[in-house]
Amino acid sequence: MDDKPGLDDKPERIVLTEDQLRKRRARSIAIAIALGVFVALVYAVVMVKGPGVLNQP
Amino acid sequence: MTDISAVDDRPPSGSLAAIHRVSEASVADYLALMKPRVMSLVVFTALVGLLVAPGHVHPVIGFTALLCIAVGAGAAGALNMWFDADIDAVMARTARRPIPSGRVAPGEALAFGMTLAIGSVVVLALLVDWLAAALLAFTIFFYIAVYTMWLKRATPQNIVIGGAAGAFPPMIGWAAATGSIGIEPVLLFLLVFFWTPPHFWALSLNRTQDYARARVPMLPVVAGAEETRRQILFYSLLLLPIGAAPWLMGYADAIYGATALAAGGVMVALAWQLKVEGAGPRAARISMRLFGFSILYLFVLFAVLLVEGVWAGFGG
Repeated sequence: MDDKPGLDDKPERIVLTEDQLRKRRARSIAIAIALGVFVALVYAVVMVKGPGVLNQP
Repeated sequence: MTDISAVDDRPPSGSLAAIHRVSEASVADYLALMKPRVMSLVVFTALVGLLVAPGHVHPVIGFTALLCIAVGAGAAGALNMWFDADIDAVMARTARRPIPSGRVAPGEALAFGMTLAIGSVVVLALLVDWLAAALLAFTIFFYIAVYTMWLKRATPQNIVIGGAAGAFPPMIGWAAATGSIGIEPVLLFLLVFFWTPPHFWALSLNRTQDYARARVPMLPVVAGAEETRRQILFYSLLLLPIGAAPWLMGYADAIYGATALAAGGVMVALAWQLKVEGAGPRAARISMRLFGFSILYLFVLFAVLLVEGVWAGFGG
């Protein structure tokens, strides 16, 4: 029973450096922009092709 | 609480930071994985294939096709860097790439490349055209499985056969516009295919030590510089009529024909100069001049085709 963590024990965690935080934030923004472009692209293609967007001649 | 900061670059073994590697990659590193310079050439040749094809392509559909082709090319670049990280690490030209320099983990590059590869093919298939998507999928497969994993480390003919991967984009662009393949995109394919050996070997003549150290059987390493110069001349001579073929077969105007013959003539002249010069610093300068001119050659020919195709209609 003693080897179980007590209520007061806080879990081990990784603390990122400023540089790592900055790079992670930049990567997150890049992913958000890519997803936004993808959504806009699908919307634009649907507008151009109409409801039969997946139909190909 | 145990704080594990990254003040020391090497976290203690067994710690969370060691088990769960914290990514050090910047957005620029991920862009570098996509080989943006190669990607720009792919996009340009695909754009020409798209715009010289008969019929009209809606700008949104054309943009979607080019974006998918660009992302597919980037995915191939990332997967190539993932597999070739061992070679890149020992070559001066590539040692600072994101994986050998440790900024991107191999697994991250693999996941990035696979995600983009599958995503680009699926989106191209669903939003543009199935044939174009099938060609893009085959191009990525050919570049990674056939060229990178097999040919590159197995034969000095690696870039001759592997050059097909770089020759497909104009065909993909054409297929995206028409949903089919004709003689014209095949001519564009052949143009890039026969352009690749003299272009790449001109560069590799000045990177022989690098390739030898990495145990990559490039032609100058296996057969020597003299044989490489002979083959450069051979492929440059082949390229001359192939470059002019769109005009000779009536698919392009006389301006293109004159440009192709003049630029092809310069390629042959430089290749001949390189052949007779032999070894030495002057030969090294000529080979780099040939390498630089080969890029201009391809750009000018495709640019003239683009202008002619847009304004006059490719194939009459």
